Order: sequence, then structure tokens, then C-alpha cells
Amino acid sequence: MEVQSIESKKAEQTRQVEQAKKMSPAEETASQPQGPIKMSGKDVSVFYGEKQALFDVNLEILENSVTSLIGPSGCGKSTFLRCLNRMNDVIDICRVSGLITLEGEDIYNPELDVVELRARVGMVFQKPNPFPKSIYDNIAYGPRIHGLTTDRAELDELVESSLKKAGLWEEVKDRLTESGTGLSGGQQQRLCIARAIATRPDVILMDEPCSALDPIATATIEELIDDLRKNYTIVIVTHSMQQAARVSQRTAFFHLGKIIEEGETSQIFTNPRNKKTQDYITGRYG
Amino acid sequence: MQLLTDFTSAILGLILSPLGVVLLLAIVAYLVSMRKATGFYAEHGREVHSLPFYNAAYVTLAVFIPPVLFLIAFSLIAPMIFEMLVKNAYQSHLLTLSDFQKSNFINNVFALSSGNITSKSSALITEASQYLASLKEVGSYIKWGGTIALAVIFGCLAYRSVGPRLRARNRVEIIVKTFLIICSIIAVLTTIGIVLSLVFESLRFFQKVPLSEFLFGMHWSPQTSIRPGQVSAEGSFGAIPLIAGTLLITFIAMLVAGPIGLMSAIYLSDYASPKFRSTAKPVLEILAGIPTVVYGFFAALTIAPLIRGWGESLGLSVASESALAAGLVMGIMIIPLVSSLSDDVINAVPQSMRDGSYGLGATKSETIKQVVLPAALPGIVSAMLLATSRAIGETMIVVMAAGLAANLTINPLEAVTTVTVQIVTLLVGDQEFDSAKTLAAFALGLLLFIITLTLNVIALRVVQKYREQYD
Repeated sequence: MEVQSIESKKAEQTRQVEQAKKMSPAEETASQPQGPIKMSGKDVSVFYGEKQALFDVNLEILENSVTSLIGPSGCGKSTFLRCLNRMNDVIDICRVSGLITLEGEDIYNPELDVVELRARVGMVFQKPNPFPKSIYDNIAYGPRIHGLTTDRAELDELVESSLKKAGLWEEVKDRLTESGTGLSGGQQQRLCIARAIATRPDVILMDEPCSALDPIATATIEELIDDLRKNYTIVIVTHSMQQAARVSQRTAFFHLGKIIEEGETSQIFTNPRNKKTQDYITGRYG
Repeated sequence: MQLLTDFTSAILGLILSPLGVVLLLAIVAYLVSMRKATGFYAEHGREVHSLPFYNAAYVTLAVFIPPVLFLIAFSLIAPMIFEMLVKNAYQSHLLTLSDFQKSNFINNVFALSSGNITSKSSALITEASQYLASLKEVGSYIKWGGTIALAVIFGCLAYRSVGPRLRARNRVEIIVKTFLIICSIIAVLTTIGIVLSLVFESLRFFQKVPLSEFLFGMHWSPQTSIRPGQVSAEGSFGAIPLIAGTLLITFIAMLVAGPIGLMSAIYLSDYASPKFRSTAKPVLEILAGIPTVVYGFFAALTIAPLIRGWGESLGLSVASESALAAGLVMGIMIIPLVSSLSDDVINAVPQSMRDGSYGLGATKSETIKQVVLPAALPGIVSAMLLATSRAIGETMIVVMAAGLAANLTINPLEAVTTVTVQIVTLLVGDQEFDSAKTLAAFALGLLLFIITLTLNVIALRVVQKYREQYD
């Protein structure tokens, strides 16, 4: 039963890859409001066992921009985010169909190594989860497992530059050997962002990165996200409308496992086309 | 049928005893006070401090506890008083007897008065036992009277105090709390008692054999003369060979159980499918439920000959009881302990930690090696220490498979003996309780206790530190 479903999934995937090859050139020219498309999801459906969590979601993520995914709890936005670096693979009963591409390449292609994918598409989680290691080793974790640096000096430099990009260097430069778990919540989250940056990803996925933080730490992280946009493509799941409006260029509104509306953030927040979107962002619903 | 009549008469006996009467009174008190409490509860409602149940429970406990305490005290003190009175009455006769005869006399009197067979009977003993019987009769009146009087007095006082403003709930809770405290004190006191008896008997041993000889002596042969003047070898009590044997077997056992237990824990917690895990874990725990004596004869009858056969085919001389056989089987025995303790600590590492690692592109094995295991390390260390102390204290396997010869060796193919084995051999059979040979068992027990206690304390400390890290 299970074997059958995996095989049919593979067949489906190869078919879709072929389809994508045919379609992608036309696609790129058709819908390209700003910058090139970094990642795209086409007809993405996700099942947890029998329960379907996402229904034929289509979304394009543009390079060097922040895309925010908003919507009420349980609407599937985190599920979609986790599909983008195949974190759903960790969950046994989860099944993904449809086509998700990174720079035109199918990320669910069985020949693609998930490890490589996750190095290119980093992730920051809702709750800061530093490893119980030193601050230095936390940052050096990714570079070490991927062999990104050849000697100690290079690694030192990478750690420093990652911490600087995450705006944490000044606060921790004198205590790199102390445990990462001893930092404050906001610092821990920035440590996790620095850790994600250190593997030199193209895309950073953030799953409600500020929900466990106070307003001041949140403001710091939001500024950081805006800075990071220059070098990275960012997808962020958030429950805060203001946050989505402040940090993102594009916004997608999820509801009951479907995308109701997506587009430029300014348009979504000032002039939503769909009634449900309007109700949600004005706080009448959700 | 016989069983049924026995049962009925046992029940009747209980009801007709003071305890049975107190129980009946307690039930009556519960019903009566419940009625009173529900009455005023219906009348005053929310103004009443405690629910009817607490009022009724308070009265019931007041009827039950004082007489029961009295009964316990009476049954402890009464025989002592009886003995004293009998001794006083027959003082003139007892003065003529030796210590042994004195206690024999008293025993006979007590036996006869309870209708048991005596070793020898005389007119004086019969007379004394009749005197004792009359004392017992008086005692029984005091017992019954005291019990019922206490039950009635305390019951009435409690019943009268029951009312809307009585804080019955608080009082019942204090009684319950006291009961819980007493239970925990019993456990603690028992432990202290055992330790003290070990210490005092060991001190007696160290009066006969110097501490330095015991701790640093290289030779163990606990032979002492049974009768004064008997010609026999002078016993020597050097514990080093026993400690060496214990450590050798424990080391072999941990060499088996440590890696296998830890690896299986890693597999079960991070690789196995939930379905496999839900089957494999209980099966592994069945292994922990096998009686150690079964492991013991498995070691002695299956593993030891096997090792011997292999050894001979390789040209090695292997003793038929070897440290290796005992250590291997003991290792198998503690695999479940290591694996289930390690499995718990590995599972306690938060999933978010693993997600963080996977999110950076780490593989499963990298995640386990570099994130999960370091995070779980303190817990794993303490699991290993607990397993080690279990192995040190294990008796049955080594009794059957390790041998009795106190060889000072690190060759696992020879027979060795352990602290626990020697304790068993020292105390099996008829023993004099003040010879150095017997007392040596207490000193060994104390030594063993100190070793395992130290290991357990270290393990608990490590676990505490680990907990602080995640809270």
C-alpha cells in the first residue's frame, strides 16, 4: 500500500518535472512583476494521513524580496513554508503533491539531495532553538557539516560575518565560547538567524520568528529582515498584520488550506480584491 | 468447604476483636455524622465551610485513629509489662538460674499460657503460666475498655463540634498529610536502620580484623576456627581480590551493555518507525523482567561451556566458571536498563533542536552525533552509572557463573569471585553470629553499599544538572 503510493508519487513527480520543463519559459515571461522568480509552488497539496491541509496552492516567491504568508491559525501557511525546504519529510504521515521549484528545479525530485536543498533554503523557527553548544559552535555547525570552510581562520571569519549580518556581533563578540542557550530570547532568535545565514543559503524561511519575543526584540528582528533582503530571498509566516505590512513586499493570504489572495503587500493591505482578505486584515475575522 | 468455614471464622474473629468493633463504630460514626452534616448543609448552603463528606470523614477519623493508636501501643507495651510482673513474682526462683535458663523459663511460661507445647514443664512453670493468664485477662479488659472508651469519647467530641463553621476540610487534610509523612518516614527510617546495622556489625568486624588489612589485603580466605583451640588455617580478610573481581565482571558487563544499549536506544528513538518502536520497547522491557536466577543458569550452563569450547579450540585454557561468561550475561541483563534510560533522555531532547539541525541541512546521523547526543550526554552518563551500580550489586549471575575462587587477576578467562558472591557464601548455612567470618559479610555489604551509593549520587547530580539546562 505504502510502496504503491511512493511509486505513484515518483511517477507523478517525473511527469510534473517534464511538464515544468515545457512550461517554465513561458511562465517566467508571463508573470514577472518584479525581479526573477526564486521559488514557485504549483498545485501544491499536502496531506497529513487522510486529512488534507493544503489544496492546490500556487505561489511565486520573488528573489531579494520578503514574502509574507498570513492567515488564521490552521490555514496551512506553516505547512506550505515547511514544504519549501522539505521539512515535512520529517513527519512520517505527511504527503506532498504538486510541483515546487527552486530556480526552476523540482525540489521533490528524488534525485535531488534534501541535505543540499536545506543548505540552500535555510529555516528559522518559531521558538528560538539554539543548540546546547557555544555561540561559536552554533554558528559553525552548518559550515562544518557542509564543509564550507577549509581552515580555522576562514571559519572564524564566516562566524563573524554571519553574526554581523544578524546584528548580534557587538553583543556576543567577547563571549563566543559561552553557551548559546544562555542568551536572551531575542538574542537567541538572532543567533538562529545567524546560524541559518552561515550556511550561505539563497532563501531563508521564517516561521513566526517573533511570536516568542517582546516588542523591542521584534523590532530588531524586523529591521534585520529588511537588511537581509538585499542578499537573500525571505519567506516569513506571521500572525501580525502590522509585521507583514512593515517587512514584506509581497503577501499571500491563506484560508482553510487555500490561497485566497496574493500580490504586492501595499495592494493587499490598502485595496484587497477579496472580501475575505479585507475582513481578515481589518480584524473582523480570524 | 473447609476453606469457607475458615474464612468465615476469620472474619468473625476480626469483627469480635477490638479492631473490628472500632471499624464498626467508625462506619456508624460516618453514617450518623453524614446525616447531620447534610442536614445543616441543606439548610445553610454556601455558608457552610466544609462539604458534608469532610465533616463525616473528620468524625470517622476521630472515632478510628485514637483507639487504633492505643491498640498498637498496647500490643507493644503489654508483653513487656507481663514479663516484668512475672519476673518480679518469681524473682527468688529466677535468681538461682543462669541467664540462659532464665530466658528459657520465661519462654516456657509464655508458651504454656498461650496453649503451646513447652520444652519442659514443671509445677512452678504451670503456676507461673496461670498467673500470666490472669494478668492477660486483666490486660484484655483494659484493652477492650480503653479502645471503646477512646472511640466513644473522641467520636462524641468530634460529632458535637461538627457544624457550619467547623473547618473540617482543613483538619482532614492535616490528618491525611500526617499519614503521608508517616509513610515516607517509615521508608527513610528503614533505610537508616539497615545502614546503621551494617555500620555497627562492620565495626565489630573491624575490632577483630584491622581496617587496613580489609581494605588493602591481597588475600581473601575467610577461614576461622569454629571451636576455641581448634587447629585451622588463620583466616585472611583482604578485600582487594573481591573488588578486583567485581570490577572486572562489571567492566565486561558494561562493555556489552553500554554500546548495545545506547545504540538500540538511538535506533528506537530516532530511526525506528512508531510501529516498530511500540513493539520493540515492550519486548526489550521483558528482558528486564527475566529473573536473574534464569540469567544465572543461562550463564553457567550455556555461555560458560560455549566460551570454554571456543577457548579450547583456540588453544586457550579457560576455567569452566569464568569472569567472561558472567560478565557477558550480566551485560545482556542490563541492556534494557541502559537502553530504556538512554531512550528516555534522548527523547527528552526537544524536537525543535532536531528541526533546527535538519533545517540547516544536517543529515540524520549528523544531527544525532552533533546535536542530540551532546544534548543528552549528561543523561546518558547517569544511565551508565546507574547500570554500573546495578552490575556491581548483582548477585545471582555471579554466584552461578563466576566461581568462588578469590583470584587476583585481570584475565577474564579465569574464575574470579565478587563481593556479592562472598557475602552469599559467608552467610549460607548455620553460622555463628560473632565470628570474624560472619561479620565479614557486613563489612563487605557496607563496602558494596558505599560504592553503589557513590555512583548513584554522582548519577543523580548529573541528571539534576541536565534538568536545569532545559527548564
